[in-house]
Amino acid sequence: MLHLKTLKALGEGLDQGEFSSEELTRHFLDRIERLNPQYNAFITVTAEQALAQARAADAARRDGKAGPLTGIPIAQKDIFCTTGVRTSCASKMLDNFIAPYDATVVSRLNEAGMVMLGKTNMDEFAMGSSNETSWYGPVKNPWDTTCVPGGSSGGSAAAVAGRLAPAATGTDTGGSIRQPAALCGLTGLKPTYGRISRWGMIAFASSLDQAGPMTQTAYDAALLLQAMAGFDPKDSTSMNEPVPDYLAGLDQPLAGLRIGIPGEYFSAGLNAATGAAVHAALAQLEAMGATLVAISLPHTELAVPAYYVIAPAECSANLARFDGVRYGYRCDKPQDLNDLYTRTRSEGFGAEVKRRILVGTYALSAGFYDAYYRKAQQVRRLIRNDFTEAFQSVDVIAGPASPSPAFRLGEKTADPIVMYLEDAYTIPTNLAGLPALSVPAGLVDGKPVGLQLIGPHFSESRLLNVAHQFQQATDWHQKVPAAVQSGDEQGGAA
Amino acid sequence: MIDRDTVSQVAGLARIRVSEAEIPELTQRLGNILAMVDALQAADTQGIEPLSNPLDATQRLRPDAVTEPNQRDRLLALAPASEQGLFLVPRVIE
Repeated sequence: MLHLKTLKALGEGLDQGEFSSEELTRHFLDRIERLNPQYNAFITVTAEQALAQARAADAARRDGKAGPLTGIPIAQKDIFCTTGVRTSCASKMLDNFIAPYDATVVSRLNEAGMVMLGKTNMDEFAMGSSNETSWYGPVKNPWDTTCVPGGSSGGSAAAVAGRLAPAATGTDTGGSIRQPAALCGLTGLKPTYGRISRWGMIAFASSLDQAGPMTQTAYDAALLLQAMAGFDPKDSTSMNEPVPDYLAGLDQPLAGLRIGIPGEYFSAGLNAATGAAVHAALAQLEAMGATLVAISLPHTELAVPAYYVIAPAECSANLARFDGVRYGYRCDKPQDLNDLYTRTRSEGFGAEVKRRILVGTYALSAGFYDAYYRKAQQVRRLIRNDFTEAFQSVDVIAGPASPSPAFRLGEKTADPIVMYLEDAYTIPTNLAGLPALSVPAGLVDGKPVGLQLIGPHFSESRLLNVAHQFQQATDWHQKVPAAVQSGDEQGGAA
Repeated sequence: MIDRDTVSQVAGLARIRVSEAEIPELTQRLGNILAMVDALQAADTQGIEPLSNPLDATQRLRPDAVTEPNQRDRLLALAPASEQGLFLVPRVIE
């Protein structure tokens, strides 16, 4: 059962000659061909390039030049630019866009010898929490194909949950790695802002966007983060901080660890069964030697309002570049320049993207800047101060990653604000620039629940250590949908 | 708080066309979002500096030197319309 193996196990199998990268790559390409019609996890499959990369990896291994990721397949979120391969950001606007360069994340994983299987579906321009805003149609959750996989990295999450890829990349502006990881039973890490280069990653909200790994285990997340992290002069907000050995600290015991439990993360909006699963996970960590400390993050309720000023404001500025002049979609027969801009944008963007551009334009317009944007940035500092204060007395903070398990397709599309509240527990960390991850911590009605761990800036090693220790004592991360486990899923569209 | 005229005006600023038929629903949805973010007004932010970079980092500067190769033909190949090495748009000045 090659497709059930972790990155670590695949690396060992390749090293021991149990299978070649070409065999492994064909195995996943076959699964994608057979099963993608029912999940819609991939927008573009790059079979030929993948096999060429796999053969090059096999040759490198024969020459004794293999690293820990050489020859292992991965799926890239379709927000990362890839030379010669369409990068759509799940928008009609970029349906014809073939980037002339690789994103730093892509070139780093290529240099590590990884094999790109294809580009995964997502919410359009990463704006959404259910993968229902994609121009290429919604993604289905492999645990229950009547449910959403979460978003915006929903295609990446479904690809790994359905084992169409052993791991994937994601991006997280307000929860877009952690919430789909939670809803699909994966380990998903959003690193510290500036830890991974944003160069070549199509911008949504530049002060919040951060790339990260979506994997089966914390160990695998550490392996991928090691390859992805590091200073990049091409990204003006990349942080020039040393990259530690992320595997080195994984085995540290939890004795003495102080875990803060914010009361605000267990408030009225939390599904009771999800809350119970998270409490059971916390009890497990306590049994392993950690101390649970009740804390307060008093400005939590203001995080969603602050985010829905800051993110749309930055989005309205970033998406101004899509004007039909230099690349991407252009409307037919423009009458004049203004008609070219206006019709290109009206026809090229979907409803949620337009809504956010309009909110952002309004918030930044003359007379409203102080009341909205400046106020939201002040509240942003209050939210960051809450965390700084909490980290005086605890090492990490824990709570749910998402208020409920995967919901039904269409269930939350009628009211944008209901959808926005999906990210109530993940947004605060983006505002504060903190690293956070979600690990599988239970099942509710057969659907995964995620435990979120949040740490101080650049504490990825500590978060991965706690997650890895939790996964040594539990088997939630090993659970897969029944059909995936047996490998006899039926092909065809759901 | 936000009315139909404001929605039309903001859509114009954003170069997004909103049809007459779409305006009532859009006005209501944007109104709901703005009502939600209005919770910010209750926060006491007296003397609090706005936070724009979450690490309070400032923009890094680099020497003002040419580092990129000339890729004009490669980049123009992505354009919907180009001519003689230039992006082509509808006539602006008659």
